[in-house]
Parts: sequence; structure tokens; C-alpha cells
Amino acid sequence: MVNKVSGIAAALTQPNVDTDVIMPKRFLKTITRKGLADGAFADLRFDEDGKTRPEFILNQLQWQDASILVVGNNFGCGSSREHAVWGLMQLGIKAIIGTDFGGIFYDNARKNGLVLPIVDESVRNSLFVVAAEAEKAVFEIDVEHQIIRADAQDFVFEMDPATRQALLLGQDETLDTLKLSDQIQAFEQVHHGKIKVNVNK
Amino acid sequence: MSAKTLYDKLVDTHKVCDLPGGDILVYVDFHIMNEYTSPQAFSGLSTKGVPVWRPEAHLAVVDHVNGTRRREGPDEASKLLISNLEKNCSEHEIALYTLGDPRQGIEHVVVPEQGLVVPGMLIACGDSHTTTYGAYGALGFGIGTSEVEHLLASQTLRYKRLQSMLVQIDGPTAPGVTAKDIIMHVIRTVGAGAANGFAVEFAGSSIRSQDMAGRMTICNMAVELGARAALIAADEVTAQACLNKPHSGQFEFDVNGWQSDEGAVFAREVIIDGADIEPLVSWGTSPDQSLPVSAAIPTERDMATPAAKTALKRALNYMGLQEGQSLSEVKIDCAFIGSCTNSRIEDLRSAAKLLRGRNVAKNVLAIIVPGSSATRVQAEAEGLDQIFIEAGFEWRPESGCSMCLAMNDDVALDGERVASSTNRNFEGRQGRGARTHLMSPAMVAASAIAGKLADVRHYSEMEE
Repeated sequence: MVNKVSGIAAALTQPNVDTDVIMPKRFLKTITRKGLADGAFADLRFDEDGKTRPEFILNQLQWQDASILVVGNNFGCGSSREHAVWGLMQLGIKAIIGTDFGGIFYDNARKNGLVLPIVDESVRNSLFVVAAEAEKAVFEIDVEHQIIRADAQDFVFEMDPATRQALLLGQDETLDTLKLSDQIQAFEQVHHGKIKVNVNK
Repeated sequence: MSAKTLYDKLVDTHKVCDLPGGDILVYVDFHIMNEYTSPQAFSGLSTKGVPVWRPEAHLAVVDHVNGTRRREGPDEASKLLISNLEKNCSEHEIALYTLGDPRQGIEHVVVPEQGLVVPGMLIACGDSHTTTYGAYGALGFGIGTSEVEHLLASQTLRYKRLQSMLVQIDGPTAPGVTAKDIIMHVIRTVGAGAANGFAVEFAGSSIRSQDMAGRMTICNMAVELGARAALIAADEVTAQACLNKPHSGQFEFDVNGWQSDEGAVFAREVIIDGADIEPLVSWGTSPDQSLPVSAAIPTERDMATPAAKTALKRALNYMGLQEGQSLSEVKIDCAFIGSCTNSRIEDLRSAAKLLRGRNVAKNVLAIIVPGSSATRVQAEAEGLDQIFIEAGFEWRPESGCSMCLAMNDDVALDGERVASSTNRNFEGRQGRGARTHLMSPAMVAASAIAGKLADVRHYSEMEE
């Protein structure tokens, strides 16, 4: 269940940050969802010798505790790896504000309660500027009312109703859908008359 | 009844019911799993005490982490992913094509090869390149691990209907232009991410004239546009491709009906002249950064906005290239032919045609990983392996995703430059610090011979 998120916001301005960059492959060989904080943005945070890269925003003193990111266009594009969302959340990220997101990443975020407010490019660019000033970079996000409060201003964001509801209710979608088992069975019976896959056949 | 897009027909025929908030519940005909995006889905089922709804509707394939030199995981963690999938499949009675199985290979190569896709199906898989199945007039899309769990448990997904985009490409394409160049041209024209929130239908004579392998390449890489689904209308080529496969007998299908209706409305339409397409190579770290080999890399002056200038600088810095540099001067260290985008028998034939009687340049490590075990057997029967080996390529005996995402031990080293028939030129994709240039299999072959980025037309003209 997520309604309000507040915290320090960091601007990550580059466009097309893909899920390979968010969670490099060497962290993917796991059968659990845990232990992925080290992997999040690993090659942006650390150099090949494991030394911290001071130029990366989350390594800078004022933003090292950021829980909100303001990001460039098409964030989370590429691979379906949900590890990207798990790792970001384990790093302490609770919301990511952007203009558009990779579709699978967006759905993965919803399933895990990571809030992805969508704003126009002009609003996003204003938020880049606000987030870059350390003393102003504390944002509040209200999921229910779809508002970002930053620098004493309110910015309305978009979020499709189903995602908003999923975040606010925080239900287990697998168990919730299984309450519709009768309807699924009824559909299946008719549908199997047209297409029925049996891999073992 | 109003005219419908192919996408809407596919969604409507799989809709179980509406859900609160505007989502719909869709029924999934067929689900494919791999070893790296499914483990946490199975553990989710076990924690919740929920069984698999319909085990025979799922297929698991080992492909992402396995080595290609020998039949095993290259390290302990990979071996664990593979054995864990074997355990989960046996526990839940799910079919598995594991290492050593003659049907094993890259999931999106294996499924069409086995005849497990026909027009009108809805297919999901924990892999973004599931858009491939749109080539068959089927709806295929990638899902995350939580959705894999939901699908295993209920055979359904909560789905948000996408908007439709039409990409219309007409006219004959120039010699040397392949399906890979067509999709790379679309991506550079429209932009990576331009299709976020869209299902893209590719239409027009340049698309209809493609064989199924070409159509799969186009739909496969449409995800690099941001498309959550890609589609091509079913026709006689589709129908033929569904015959005489191991599973062909179990499906009755009709290609009629799996097209967009005349007058169907698309939220966005893009029109491209097939004659404008040239063989392309990528030069940056996003799939929309590509040019013909004869071109020079853009300069900061070409960039309209400060953000675009910064993005250019960042890409060139990672790629070790200069603005304004001529692409034909760029030397390569590796050549890789493989991946779900371009490793089918047709891809191997096109590369072999160019390599026959020629040699890979000194100092270039050239590797070819056939898309599946069956593809490898077919290529060997045609003698293609000998052409590759004689030219200086390593012909790998095992199949998988390999150096496309380098989760196995086929990893490019820091700073190494790879001419690659794959789908993503992201930072670090083929290895930490590795530099990827995307192109068609024939262009990889040409570049391997030249030792630098090369235009396939240079070699094919010599033959004519």
C-alpha cells in the first residue's frame, strides 16, 4: 500500500536509461528477490575497481539519501528484468518521476509499489531544475490526488486509474484474480474450442 | 460493426472480463519461461500455496545463461539457475527443453520452429523480445516476474489496452537491405521510446515481401521502439510457415480475419518509403543512433537541444568515438552472429553467402551461435558450418542468447568493439565497457572480413 512518498529528489537527466544500466547482468544470477541494492546503477555508481564515481548524482553528499528520482525520457526501456525494480527499491528509491517509461518496467513497478508519476516534458524539466538545488530538493508525492509538491508548487501528474488503485490498495493481484476463477474457467471452456495449446501433445 | 485493428481483434478475443480501474483480464494461450526471470515466480506460488492453473500451456527453455562451447552453465550461479528451473518444471509438470534436448535453443527461435505459434494466439513470456510472435499475426508481449507468477496461477494477466500505431512501409528496398535494416531505419526515424504505450502494426509492400524470418526480426526489435506489442497481418506466407512443424497438427487456424479491417483507425501513423532505407550500423548506445557506414558520426552542431548534445557526448565517450568521425574507419575487435533477432537459418545463410571463400580479418574474434540446436543441425546439413569455420568464425556447438546479453561466458572485454547481429547497444550490454555496433548478419560478416565497420554492398557488388 502506497499513498504518500516524500524525500530528497535527485535529477538523473540522461534519456533512455535502460534496465541493463539499472541492473547489470552480473547481478541477475539469483533465485531470490533479495540482495540487489548493490547492483542498482552499479556501473554508474562505481568504476571498474569498485571506487565510487563522485560525478554520479547519488554519490553526492546532498543526494545520497534520495528516495525520489526525476529522470530523462524513456527510463526503464529494454529488458523485462524485474530485478531492476527490486534493486532500485532496495537502494531506497520509492518514486521515479518521468515523461514516459519502458512498458514492462512500468508494470513491474506497479506490482512492487514503486510509484511512477508521469508528467509533461516541461514540468519534468522544471523538476530537474528544482531537484538540482539541494536546499529545494525535497518533494512530496500524493498518489491519491496525483500531485507532486516541489519548491512550494503543486504539479499534477498522470497515472492510469488501475495503477493508481493498485498502489493505493496494495492487494496481492495473484490471489485477487483467483477470486475470478469461475469466470476464467467459463471463458476457457469456450475459448478452447478455438485455440488450445498443449505443449505435451 | 466498426472497423477494428488487428491488435484490438487479438485483445478482444482473449478478454475474460473488465477489471476495476480500466484494466482487462486477458486469457493467455501459451506462456514461455526461461531460467532467469522465472525463479521468483515459482517461489511466489509456493509461498501463497497456489498451484499452476494449466501446466500444459507452459514451456520452459534454458537459453539465457548457458555456455555455448560446452553443454553446461559457465559458473555455479548459472548452474543453480538451470537446476532450479529443472526442479520447478518437474514439480509442476511443465515441459522443459533443457541443455542437451534437441529442441533446446533461444526461446523465440524454438517456439516457431516447433510450430507452437499460429495466428490469433496470445503469447506471453518473461522476456521483452516476445514481440517476435506478432510476425505470425499473434499477440506476443514481454512480462515481468510478478506477472509470470500471476500467469502461472491463473492463466491470465491484468492488461492495459495499448494504443495502436501503424508503420506503413511501401516500395522495393535496395539490394543489401535486410529486415534488420528496415527495423533499424524505423527506430532511427521514429526514435527509441516513441512507441511507449503503443502496439505497432507494420504494413505495406516492403513488409509483405519479407519472409517469416525477416518479419520476426522486425517484430522482435520493435520493442526497441518501446512497442509493447508488434504485429504483421497474417497472409499466405504466415500460413505456410505454420505447416509441417512438430506441433502443427494440434492447431486449426485460419489466416483470414487476422488483419486490420479496412478503415481501422490508428492513433498514430508513420509512413516510410522503402527506397529510403540503406544498410545501417549503430554508432551510439541507444538503438536509434544508427547510420549507413558511408556516413559520419553526428556533431554537437547537428543536435537541436542541450539535452541532445549531452546525450551525444555521453554516447561517444562510452563508444570511444569522435564527433564527425567517418564510420568506415572504425576498427572492430569482435564479430558476433546470434540472438533472437538474427540467428535463424535464413540469417546464417545470408552471412555464409558473403563469407564463402573469404577470411575474417586478423585480430578479429568472430563467433557464431546458431539460434537453436535444430537450426545448428540444419546449418550443418547445408554445409554452412564449414563455410564459417573456413572463414575463421568459431562455430559454437551449443545454442543460447550468449553474447547478446553476455550472461554466459561469451563476454566482450572492456573497450572491445563488437559488430553484432543482436538487438541492444546499451552501455555494458555485451560486457562491462564493451562497445556494440548493431547490424544485420550479412553486415557483421562484411565487417568481420574488413576488420572494421563495412558495407555489405561492397562485397555483394564484387560478386555481380
